[in-house]
Amino acid sequence: MNGRRWVQIAAPISLIVLWQIAVSTRFLNPGLFPPPSSIAANFIAYAASGELAVNAYWTLSRLLVGLLIGGIPGTLLGLGMGMSGWVRAYFGPVIALLYPIPKIAILPLFYFIFGTGEAAKWAAVAVGVFFLMAINTEAGVRQIETIYLDVARAYRIRPASFFFRVLLPGALPNIYAGIKLSIGIAIVLAVAAEYQLTRVGLGFAIFNAQQLLDVDRLYAALVAVSLLGLALSGILDALEAFVMPWRAHRRA
Amino acid sequence: MATIAVEHLTKRYPTGTVALDDVNLEIADGEFVVVVGPSGCGKSTLLRIMAGLDASTEGRIVVDGAASGKHALPSATVFQEQSLFPWMRVGENVAFAFDSLDVPRDDVRRRVHDVLGLVGLSDYERAWPHELSGGMKQRAAVARAFVTDPPVLYMDEPFGALDEQTRVGLANELMRLWERSPKTIVFVTHGIEEAVTLADRVIVLSARPGTVKEIVPIEFPRPRDAVTLRGDPAFGAHVVHLWELLR
Repeated sequence: MNGRRWVQIAAPISLIVLWQIAVSTRFLNPGLFPPPSSIAANFIAYAASGELAVNAYWTLSRLLVGLLIGGIPGTLLGLGMGMSGWVRAYFGPVIALLYPIPKIAILPLFYFIFGTGEAAKWAAVAVGVFFLMAINTEAGVRQIETIYLDVARAYRIRPASFFFRVLLPGALPNIYAGIKLSIGIAIVLAVAAEYQLTRVGLGFAIFNAQQLLDVDRLYAALVAVSLLGLALSGILDALEAFVMPWRAHRRA
Repeated sequence: MATIAVEHLTKRYPTGTVALDDVNLEIADGEFVVVVGPSGCGKSTLLRIMAGLDASTEGRIVVDGAASGKHALPSATVFQEQSLFPWMRVGENVAFAFDSLDVPRDDVRRRVHDVLGLVGLSDYERAWPHELSGGMKQRAAVARAFVTDPPVLYMDEPFGALDEQTRVGLANELMRLWERSPKTIVFVTHGIEEAVTLADRVIVLSARPGTVKEIVPIEFPRPRDAVTLRGDPAFGAHVVHLWELLR
Protein backbone atom coordinates (compact mmCIF):
# COMPACT_ATOMS: atom_id res chain seq x y z
CA MET A 1 0.00 0.00 0.00
CA ASN A 2 1.32 3.42 -0.87
CA GLY A 3 1.23 6.57 1.23
CA ARG A 4 -1.89 8.02 -0.36
CA ARG A 5 -3.84 4.89 0.36
CA TRP A 6 -2.99 5.24 4.06
CA VAL A 7 -4.15 8.87 3.99
CA GLN A 8 -7.44 7.76 2.41
CA ILE A 9 -8.03 5.30 5.23
CA ALA A 10 -6.72 7.60 7.95
CA ALA A 11 -8.97 10.54 7.00
CA PRO A 12 -12.36 9.15 8.11
CA ILE A 13 -10.80 7.35 11.10
CA SER A 14 -9.16 10.54 12.37
CA LEU A 15 -12.42 12.47 12.05
CA ILE A 16 -14.31 9.73 13.91
CA VAL A 17 -11.73 9.77 16.69
CA LEU A 18 -11.98 13.60 16.95
CA TRP A 19 -15.76 13.31 17.11
CA GLN A 20 -15.56 10.69 19.83
CA ILE A 21 -13.21 12.92 21.87
CA ALA A 22 -15.40 16.00 21.31
CA VAL A 23 -18.45 14.15 22.63
CA SER A 24 -16.76 12.49 25.62
CA THR A 25 -15.34 15.87 26.70
CA ARG A 26 -18.90 17.31 26.35
CA PHE A 27 -17.66 19.72 23.68
CA LEU A 28 -20.53 18.35 21.56
CA ASN A 29 -23.97 17.60 22.95
CA PRO A 30 -24.35 13.79 22.92
CA GLY A 31 -28.12 14.21 22.62
CA LEU A 32 -27.69 15.68 19.12
CA PHE A 33 -24.31 14.16 18.27
CA PRO A 34 -24.17 10.66 19.74
CA PRO A 35 -20.61 9.37 20.03
CA PRO A 36 -19.46 7.28 17.06
CA SER A 37 -19.24 4.26 19.36
CA SER A 38 -22.96 4.41 20.08
CA ILE A 39 -23.82 5.20 16.42
CA ALA A 40 -21.90 2.06 15.45
CA ALA A 41 -23.69 0.01 18.11
CA ASN A 42 -27.06 1.33 16.95
CA PHE A 43 -26.19 0.70 13.35
CA ILE A 44 -25.28 -2.89 14.12
CA ALA A 45 -28.50 -3.37 16.05
CA TYR A 46 -30.43 -1.82 13.15
CA ALA A 47 -28.70 -4.14 10.71
CA ALA A 48 -29.30 -7.17 12.93
CA SER A 49 -33.03 -6.40 13.14
CA GLY A 50 -33.30 -6.95 9.39
CA GLU A 51 -34.92 -3.55 8.90
CA LEU A 52 -31.78 -2.10 7.40
CA ALA A 53 -31.62 -4.70 4.65
CA VAL A 54 -35.28 -4.19 3.72
CA ASN A 55 -34.99 -0.41 3.65
CA ALA A 56 -31.67 -0.43 1.83
CA TYR A 57 -33.08 -2.86 -0.72
CA TRP A 58 -36.00 -0.55 -1.51
CA THR A 59 -33.85 2.55 -1.75
CA LEU A 60 -31.33 0.73 -3.92
CA SER A 61 -33.98 -0.62 -6.27
CA ARG A 62 -35.59 2.83 -6.68
CA LEU A 63 -32.20 4.32 -7.30
CA LEU A 64 -31.15 1.74 -9.89
CA VAL A 65 -34.45 1.77 -11.79
CA GLY A 66 -34.36 5.56 -11.82
CA LEU A 67 -30.75 5.52 -13.00
CA LEU A 68 -31.66 3.28 -15.93
CA ILE A 69 -34.84 5.02 -17.05
CA GLY A 70 -33.21 8.45 -16.75
CA GLY A 71 -29.67 7.54 -17.72
CA ILE A 72 -30.28 5.68 -20.98
CA PRO A 73 -32.41 8.40 -22.64
CA GLY A 74 -30.10 11.06 -21.19
CA THR A 75 -27.06 9.35 -22.70
CA LEU A 76 -28.78 8.94 -26.08
CA LEU A 77 -29.85 12.58 -26.13
CA GLY A 78 -26.31 13.60 -25.17
CA LEU A 79 -24.91 11.52 -28.06
CA GLY A 80 -27.39 13.16 -30.42
CA MET A 81 -26.53 16.64 -29.18
CA GLY A 82 -22.83 15.90 -29.39
CA MET A 83 -23.11 14.67 -32.98
CA SER A 84 -25.60 17.08 -34.49
CA GLY A 85 -25.65 20.85 -34.28
CA TRP A 86 -29.37 20.74 -35.08
CA VAL A 87 -30.21 18.45 -32.18
CA ARG A 88 -28.03 20.64 -29.95
CA ALA A 89 -29.72 23.82 -31.20
CA TYR A 90 -33.14 22.36 -30.33
CA PHE A 91 -32.44 20.71 -26.98
CA GLY A 92 -29.61 22.88 -25.65
CA PRO A 93 -31.78 25.81 -24.51
CA VAL A 94 -34.48 23.46 -23.21
CA ILE A 95 -31.94 21.66 -21.03
CA ALA A 96 -30.39 24.93 -19.87
CA LEU A 97 -33.89 26.04 -18.85
CA LEU A 98 -34.98 22.86 -17.06
CA TYR A 99 -31.72 21.65 -15.52
CA PRO A 100 -31.51 24.31 -12.76
CA ILE A 101 -35.01 23.52 -11.41
CA PRO A 102 -34.44 21.84 -8.03
CA LYS A 103 -35.73 18.32 -8.53
CA ILE A 104 -36.77 18.11 -4.88
CA ALA A 105 -39.06 21.08 -5.46
CA ILE A 106 -40.97 19.21 -8.14
CA LEU A 107 -41.44 16.00 -6.13
CA PRO A 108 -45.08 16.95 -5.37
CA LEU A 109 -45.66 17.21 -9.10
CA PHE A 110 -44.43 13.65 -9.56
CA TYR A 111 -46.85 12.44 -6.91
CA PHE A 112 -49.69 14.18 -8.75
CA ILE A 113 -48.64 12.74 -12.09
CA PHE A 114 -47.55 9.23 -11.13
CA GLY A 115 -49.57 8.63 -7.96
CA THR A 116 -48.35 7.08 -4.76
CA GLY A 117 -46.62 4.03 -6.23
CA GLU A 118 -43.05 3.36 -7.24
CA ALA A 119 -43.30 5.27 -10.52
CA ALA A 120 -43.15 8.65 -8.78
CA LYS A 121 -39.91 7.71 -7.00
CA TRP A 122 -38.37 6.33 -10.18
CA ALA A 123 -39.34 9.48 -12.03
CA ALA A 124 -37.75 11.71 -9.38
CA VAL A 125 -34.44 9.86 -9.66
CA ALA A 126 -34.68 9.55 -13.45
CA VAL A 127 -35.17 13.27 -14.03
CA GLY A 128 -32.10 14.19 -11.99
CA VAL A 129 -29.97 11.58 -13.73
CA PHE A 130 -31.31 12.42 -17.19
CA PHE A 131 -29.90 15.94 -17.23
CA LEU A 132 -26.53 14.95 -15.82
CA MET A 133 -26.10 12.18 -18.36
CA ALA A 134 -27.26 14.33 -21.29
CA ILE A 135 -24.88 17.16 -20.38
CA ASN A 136 -21.89 14.91 -19.66
CA THR A 137 -22.38 12.73 -22.72
CA GLU A 138 -22.69 15.74 -25.01
CA ALA A 139 -19.42 17.10 -23.62
CA GLY A 140 -17.90 13.64 -24.07
CA VAL A 141 -18.81 13.43 -27.74
CA ARG A 142 -17.64 16.96 -28.46
CA GLN A 143 -14.23 16.35 -26.93
CA ILE A 144 -13.58 13.39 -29.28
CA GLU A 145 -10.66 14.54 -31.41
CA THR A 146 -11.61 15.27 -35.03
CA ILE A 147 -8.82 13.00 -36.25
CA TYR A 148 -10.89 9.98 -35.15
CA LEU A 149 -13.87 11.23 -37.16
CA ASP A 150 -11.54 11.69 -40.15
CA VAL A 151 -10.27 8.12 -39.79
CA ALA A 152 -13.85 6.85 -39.60
CA ARG A 153 -14.68 8.68 -42.83
CA ALA A 154 -11.45 7.75 -44.60
CA TYR A 155 -12.10 4.05 -43.92
CA ARG A 156 -15.83 4.30 -44.72
CA ILE A 157 -16.80 2.96 -41.31
CA ARG A 158 -20.42 1.68 -41.23
CA PRO A 159 -22.86 3.82 -39.20
CA ALA A 160 -23.41 1.12 -36.58
CA SER A 161 -19.66 0.64 -36.12
CA PHE A 162 -19.20 4.38 -35.98
CA PHE A 163 -21.72 4.58 -33.17
CA PHE A 164 -20.56 1.60 -31.12
CA ARG A 165 -16.82 1.60 -31.81
CA VAL A 166 -15.97 5.28 -32.27
CA LEU A 167 -18.58 7.54 -30.71
CA LEU A 168 -19.47 5.53 -27.63
CA PRO A 169 -15.94 4.55 -26.54
CA GLY A 170 -14.70 8.03 -27.43
CA ALA A 171 -17.27 9.60 -25.13
CA LEU A 172 -17.05 6.86 -22.51
CA PRO A 173 -14.70 8.64 -20.07
CA ASN A 174 -17.22 11.49 -19.77
CA ILE A 175 -20.18 9.12 -19.74
CA TYR A 176 -18.54 7.24 -16.90
CA ALA A 177 -17.89 10.48 -15.01
CA GLY A 178 -21.57 11.30 -15.59
CA ILE A 179 -22.60 7.96 -14.06
CA LYS A 180 -20.47 8.68 -10.99
CA LEU A 181 -22.09 12.09 -10.55
CA SER A 182 -25.49 10.53 -11.20
CA ILE A 183 -25.06 8.05 -8.36
CA GLY A 184 -24.75 10.97 -5.94
CA ILE A 185 -27.79 12.84 -7.21
CA ALA A 186 -29.76 9.59 -7.49
CA ILE A 187 -29.19 8.82 -3.79
CA VAL A 188 -30.28 12.33 -2.78
CA LEU A 189 -33.43 12.11 -4.87
CA ALA A 190 -34.33 8.53 -3.94
CA VAL A 191 -34.02 9.30 -0.22
CA ALA A 192 -35.94 12.58 -0.58
CA ALA A 193 -38.71 10.87 -2.53
CA GLU A 194 -39.07 8.34 0.30
CA TYR A 195 -40.01 10.99 2.86
CA GLN A 196 -43.61 10.74 1.75
CA LEU A 197 -46.11 8.16 0.59
CA THR A 198 -44.08 5.10 1.42
CA ARG A 199 -43.44 2.90 4.46
CA VAL A 200 -40.11 1.48 3.31
CA GLY A 201 -36.74 2.81 2.28
CA LEU A 202 -33.88 4.61 4.01
CA GLY A 203 -35.56 7.96 3.33
CA PHE A 204 -38.65 6.75 5.14
CA ALA A 205 -36.47 5.50 8.02
CA ILE A 206 -34.92 8.99 8.35
CA PHE A 207 -38.30 10.69 8.14
CA ASN A 208 -39.79 8.24 10.66
CA ALA A 209 -36.88 8.73 13.10
CA GLN A 210 -37.46 12.47 12.86
CA GLN A 211 -41.14 12.04 13.72
CA LEU A 212 -40.26 9.84 16.70
CA LEU A 213 -37.35 12.09 17.79
CA ASP A 214 -35.20 8.94 17.63
CA VAL A 215 -31.74 10.43 17.06
CA ASP A 216 -30.01 7.03 17.27
CA ARG A 217 -32.19 5.59 14.52
CA LEU A 218 -31.70 8.76 12.46
CA TYR A 219 -27.94 8.32 12.58
CA ALA A 220 -28.17 4.62 11.80
CA ALA A 221 -30.17 5.41 8.65
CA LEU A 222 -27.75 8.19 7.68
CA VAL A 223 -24.83 5.81 8.05
CA ALA A 224 -26.66 3.34 5.85
CA VAL A 225 -27.22 5.98 3.13
CA SER A 226 -23.59 6.98 3.32
CA LEU A 227 -22.37 3.37 3.09
CA LEU A 228 -24.71 2.73 0.15
CA GLY A 229 -23.14 5.65 -1.71
CA LEU A 230 -19.65 4.50 -0.80
CA ALA A 231 -20.39 0.97 -2.01
CA LEU A 232 -21.83 2.15 -5.33
CA SER A 233 -18.94 4.49 -6.09
CA GLY A 234 -16.51 1.79 -4.98
CA ILE A 235 -18.09 -0.64 -7.46
CA LEU A 236 -17.86 1.97 -10.24
CA ASP A 237 -14.21 2.64 -9.46
CA ALA A 238 -13.45 -1.07 -9.47
CA LEU A 239 -15.26 -1.59 -12.78
CA GLU A 240 -13.52 1.31 -14.49
CA ALA A 241 -10.44 -0.68 -15.41
CA PHE A 242 -12.64 -3.34 -17.04
CA VAL A 243 -14.93 -0.91 -18.83
CA MET A 244 -12.05 1.24 -20.13
CA PRO A 245 -8.97 -1.01 -20.09
CA TRP A 246 -7.08 1.37 -22.38
CA ARG A 247 -7.13 3.97 -19.61
CA ALA A 248 -5.90 1.62 -16.90
CA HIS A 249 -2.43 3.20 -17.02
CA ARG A 250 -3.80 6.56 -15.95
CA ARG A 251 -4.82 5.31 -12.53
CA ALA A 252 -1.52 6.15 -10.88
CA MET B 1 -4.51 0.19 -59.37
CA ALA B 2 -5.65 3.57 -60.43
CA THR B 3 -4.91 6.79 -62.21
CA ILE B 4 -5.93 10.07 -60.63
CA ALA B 5 -6.79 13.29 -62.45
CA VAL B 6 -7.12 16.52 -60.50
CA GLU B 7 -9.02 18.97 -62.68
CA HIS B 8 -9.25 22.73 -62.04
CA LEU B 9 -9.38 22.21 -58.30
CA THR B 10 -10.11 25.38 -56.35
CA LYS B 11 -10.75 25.73 -52.64
CA ARG B 12 -12.13 29.00 -51.32
CA TYR B 13 -13.14 29.39 -47.68
CA PRO B 14 -16.27 31.35 -46.74
CA THR B 15 -13.92 34.02 -45.33
CA GLY B 16 -12.68 34.64 -48.87
CA THR B 17 -9.28 33.01 -48.37
CA VAL B 18 -8.24 31.04 -51.46
CA ALA B 19 -6.34 27.93 -50.35
CA LEU B 20 -5.99 26.28 -53.76
CA ASP B 21 -6.32 27.96 -57.12
CA ASP B 22 -6.94 25.90 -60.26
CA VAL B 23 -4.75 22.90 -59.43
CA ASN B 24 -4.36 20.37 -62.25
CA LEU B 25 -2.54 17.04 -61.92
CA GLU B 26 -2.30 13.75 -63.76
CA ILE B 27 -1.09 10.88 -61.61
CA ALA B 28 -0.22 7.61 -63.31
CA ASP B 29 -1.19 4.13 -62.24
CA GLY B 30 1.15 2.91 -59.51
CA GLU B 31 3.00 6.20 -59.32
CA PHE B 32 4.50 7.56 -56.11
CA VAL B 33 3.84 11.29 -56.11
CA VAL B 34 5.04 13.60 -53.34
CA VAL B 35 3.55 17.06 -52.84
CA VAL B 36 5.71 19.77 -51.23
CA GLY B 37 5.18 23.47 -50.74
CA PRO B 38 5.64 26.32 -48.28
CA SER B 39 3.63 26.05 -45.05
CA GLY B 40 0.06 27.10 -45.55
CA CYS B 41 0.17 26.49 -49.31
CA GLY B 42 -2.81 24.16 -49.10
CA LYS B 43 -0.98 20.87 -49.68
CA SER B 44 -2.82 19.17 -46.83
CA THR B 45 -6.08 20.67 -48.07
CA LEU B 46 -5.38 19.24 -51.51
CA LEU B 47 -4.78 15.80 -50.03
CA ARG B 48 -7.89 15.97 -47.84
CA ILE B 49 -10.01 16.86 -50.86
CA MET B 50 -8.47 14.01 -52.85
CA ALA B 51 -9.15 11.63 -49.96
CA GLY B 52 -12.77 12.74 -49.80
CA LEU B 53 -12.46 14.34 -46.36
CA ASP B 54 -13.07 17.91 -47.53
CA ALA B 55 -15.10 19.37 -50.37
CA SER B 56 -13.64 21.52 -53.12
CA THR B 57 -15.25 24.78 -54.20
CA GLU B 58 -14.66 24.11 -57.89
CA GLY B 59 -13.14 21.38 -60.01
CA ARG B 60 -13.09 17.66 -59.52
CA ILE B 61 -11.02 14.58 -58.81
CA VAL B 62 -11.38 11.69 -61.24
CA VAL B 63 -10.06 8.37 -60.01
CA ASP B 64 -10.06 5.71 -62.67
CA GLY B 65 -9.92 2.04 -61.84
CA ALA B 66 -10.55 2.35 -58.12
CA ALA B 67 -14.23 1.45 -57.98
CA SER B 68 -15.51 0.78 -54.50
CA GLY B 69 -16.16 -2.90 -53.97
CA LYS B 70 -17.06 -5.46 -51.36
CA HIS B 71 -13.51 -6.68 -50.93
CA ALA B 72 -11.34 -3.60 -51.17
CA LEU B 73 -11.49 0.05 -50.22
CA PRO B 74 -11.04 2.50 -53.11
CA SER B 75 -8.39 4.29 -51.04
CA ALA B 76 -6.85 4.53 -47.60
CA THR B 77 -5.42 7.52 -45.75
CA VAL B 78 -2.54 7.87 -43.29
CA PHE B 79 -2.58 10.98 -41.12
CA GLN B 80 0.17 12.97 -39.47
CA GLU B 81 -1.36 12.89 -36.02
CA GLN B 82 -1.75 9.91 -33.76
CA SER B 83 -4.75 8.36 -35.48
CA LEU B 84 -5.04 4.93 -33.87
CA PHE B 85 -8.17 4.66 -31.74
CA PRO B 86 -6.87 4.59 -28.15
CA TRP B 87 -9.72 2.27 -27.12
CA MET B 88 -8.80 -0.48 -29.59
CA ARG B 89 -5.82 -2.77 -29.41
CA VAL B 90 -3.29 -2.41 -32.25
CA GLY B 91 -4.66 -5.48 -34.06
CA GLU B 92 -8.24 -4.22 -33.74
CA ASN B 93 -7.22 -0.84 -35.09
CA VAL B 94 -5.71 -2.45 -38.18
CA ALA B 95 -8.65 -4.83 -38.60
CA PHE B 96 -11.05 -1.87 -38.40
CA ALA B 97 -10.01 -0.98 -41.97
CA PHE B 98 -12.12 -3.97 -43.07
CA ASP B 99 -15.23 -2.61 -41.35
CA SER B 100 -17.10 -1.66 -44.53
CA LEU B 101 -15.87 -4.69 -46.51
CA ASP B 102 -17.23 -8.15 -46.88
CA VAL B 103 -14.16 -10.17 -45.93
CA PRO B 104 -14.38 -13.36 -43.83
CA ARG B 105 -13.21 -12.99 -40.24
CA ASP B 106 -10.42 -15.54 -40.62
CA ASP B 107 -9.05 -13.72 -43.66
CA VAL B 108 -9.09 -10.45 -41.77
CA ARG B 109 -7.21 -12.02 -38.86
CA ARG B 110 -4.57 -13.54 -41.13
CA ARG B 111 -4.07 -10.35 -43.15
CA VAL B 112 -3.82 -8.21 -40.02
CA HIS B 113 -1.26 -10.61 -38.64
CA ASP B 114 0.71 -10.61 -41.90
CA VAL B 115 0.79 -6.85 -42.33
CA LEU B 116 1.80 -6.30 -38.71
CA GLY B 117 4.65 -8.72 -39.36
CA LEU B 118 5.71 -6.66 -42.40
CA VAL B 119 5.96 -3.49 -40.31
CA GLY B 120 7.71 -5.27 -37.44
CA LEU B 121 4.81 -5.15 -35.00
CA SER B 122 4.02 -8.88 -34.73
CA ASP B 123 4.48 -8.79 -30.98
CA TYR B 124 2.20 -5.80 -30.53
CA GLU B 125 -1.07 -7.06 -31.97
CA ARG B 126 -2.60 -7.19 -28.47
CA ALA B 127 -0.94 -3.98 -27.24
CA TRP B 128 -2.79 -0.72 -26.62
CA PRO B 129 -1.71 2.23 -28.79
CA HIS B 130 -0.47 4.15 -25.74
CA GLU B 131 2.07 1.38 -25.16
CA LEU B 132 3.72 2.12 -28.56
CA SER B 133 6.36 4.71 -29.42
CA GLY B 134 5.54 7.41 -31.97
CA GLY B 135 7.29 5.51 -34.76
CA MET B 136 5.50 2.27 -33.90
CA LYS B 137 2.14 4.05 -33.90
CA GLN B 138 2.80 5.37 -37.40
CA ARG B 139 3.88 1.88 -38.52
CA ALA B 140 0.56 0.57 -37.24
CA ALA B 141 -1.26 3.38 -39.09
CA VAL B 142 0.60 2.44 -42.28
CA ALA B 143 -0.31 -1.22 -41.66
CA ARG B 144 -3.98 -0.20 -41.36
CA ALA B 145 -3.71 1.59 -44.72
CA PHE B 146 -2.05 -1.37 -46.48
CA VAL B 147 -4.02 -4.21 -44.94
CA THR B 148 -7.00 -3.95 -47.31
CA ASP B 149 -4.63 -3.42 -50.27
CA PRO B 150 -6.45 -0.39 -51.70
CA PRO B 151 -5.38 0.85 -55.16
CA VAL B 152 -4.76 4.39 -53.86
CA LEU B 153 -3.02 5.57 -50.73
CA TYR B 154 -3.14 9.16 -49.42
CA MET B 155 -0.51 10.11 -46.86
CA ASP B 156 -0.68 13.46 -45.09
CA GLU B 157 2.77 14.17 -43.58
CA PRO B 158 2.66 10.69 -42.06
CA PHE B 159 6.19 10.85 -40.61
CA GLY B 160 6.21 14.60 -39.93
CA ALA B 161 6.04 14.27 -36.16
CA LEU B 162 8.88 11.73 -35.90
CA ASP B 163 12.60 12.12 -35.31
CA GLU B 164 14.95 11.94 -38.32
CA GLN B 165 16.28 8.39 -37.81
CA THR B 166 12.79 6.95 -37.36
CA ARG B 167 11.68 8.91 -40.39
CA VAL B 168 14.37 7.52 -42.67
CA GLY B 169 13.67 3.99 -41.41
CA LEU B 170 9.98 4.36 -42.07
CA ALA B 171 10.59 5.76 -45.56
CA ASN B 172 12.48 2.55 -46.37
CA GLU B 173 9.74 0.38 -44.90
CA LEU B 174 7.09 2.26 -46.84
CA MET B 175 8.97 1.74 -50.11
CA ARG B 176 9.33 -2.02 -49.38
CA LEU B 177 5.59 -2.29 -48.69
CA TRP B 178 4.75 -0.36 -51.84
CA GLU B 179 7.03 -2.57 -53.95
CA ARG B 180 5.30 -5.66 -52.53
CA SER B 181 1.79 -4.36 -53.13
CA PRO B 182 1.96 -1.65 -55.78
CA LYS B 183 -0.48 1.24 -55.49
CA THR B 184 -0.80 4.85 -56.47
CA ILE B 185 0.49 6.97 -53.59
CA VAL B 186 0.00 10.68 -53.01
CA PHE B 187 2.27 11.75 -50.17
CA VAL B 188 2.33 15.24 -48.67
CA THR B 189 5.41 16.34 -46.74
CA HIS B 190 7.39 19.38 -45.72
CA GLY B 191 10.58 17.26 -45.78
CA ILE B 192 12.50 17.96 -48.99
CA GLU B 193 14.91 15.03 -48.55
CA GLU B 194 12.00 12.74 -47.77
CA ALA B 195 10.32 13.89 -50.99
CA VAL B 196 13.43 13.19 -53.11
CA THR B 197 13.88 9.80 -51.42
CA LEU B 198 10.36 8.57 -52.04
CA ALA B 199 9.00 10.24 -55.15
CA ASP B 200 8.69 9.33 -58.79
CA ARG B 201 7.67 12.95 -59.21
CA VAL B 202 7.68 15.83 -56.75
CA ILE B 203 4.81 18.30 -57.18
CA VAL B 204 5.88 21.74 -55.94
CA LEU B 205 3.04 24.00 -54.88
CA SER B 206 3.40 27.78 -54.68
CA ALA B 207 2.58 29.81 -51.56
CA ARG B 208 -1.07 30.59 -50.91
CA PRO B 209 -3.09 30.44 -52.99
CA GLY B 210 -1.64 27.04 -53.85
CA THR B 211 -1.03 26.35 -57.52
CA VAL B 212 1.25 23.83 -59.19
CA LYS B 213 4.55 25.68 -59.55
CA GLU B 214 6.69 22.93 -60.95
CA ILE B 215 6.75 19.16 -61.30
CA VAL B 216 10.18 17.60 -60.68
CA PRO B 217 10.76 14.02 -61.89
CA ILE B 218 13.07 12.00 -59.63
CA GLU B 219 14.67 9.29 -61.73
CA PHE B 220 16.61 7.16 -59.23
CA PRO B 221 16.23 3.46 -59.95
CA ARG B 222 14.21 1.31 -57.56
CA PRO B 223 14.45 -0.34 -55.16
CA ARG B 224 15.95 2.66 -53.40
CA ASP B 225 17.58 2.91 -50.03
CA ALA B 226 16.91 6.11 -48.10
CA VAL B 227 20.43 6.18 -46.65
CA THR B 228 22.67 5.30 -49.62
CA LEU B 229 20.56 7.54 -51.86
CA ARG B 230 21.81 10.51 -49.85
CA GLY B 231 25.35 9.82 -51.13
CA ASP B 232 24.27 10.23 -54.75
CA PRO B 233 25.34 13.67 -56.14
CA ALA B 234 22.03 13.87 -58.01
CA PHE B 235 20.24 13.61 -54.65
CA GLY B 236 21.87 16.79 -53.38
CA ALA B 237 21.19 18.53 -56.70
CA HIS B 238 17.48 17.66 -56.45
CA VAL B 239 17.33 18.84 -52.85
CA VAL B 240 18.99 22.17 -53.69
CA HIS B 241 16.74 22.65 -56.70
CA LEU B 242 13.61 22.03 -54.60
CA TRP B 243 14.83 24.40 -51.88
CA GLU B 244 15.32 27.08 -54.55
CA LEU B 245 11.79 26.56 -55.78
CA LEU B 246 10.41 26.90 -52.24
CA ARG B 247 12.32 30.09 -51.48
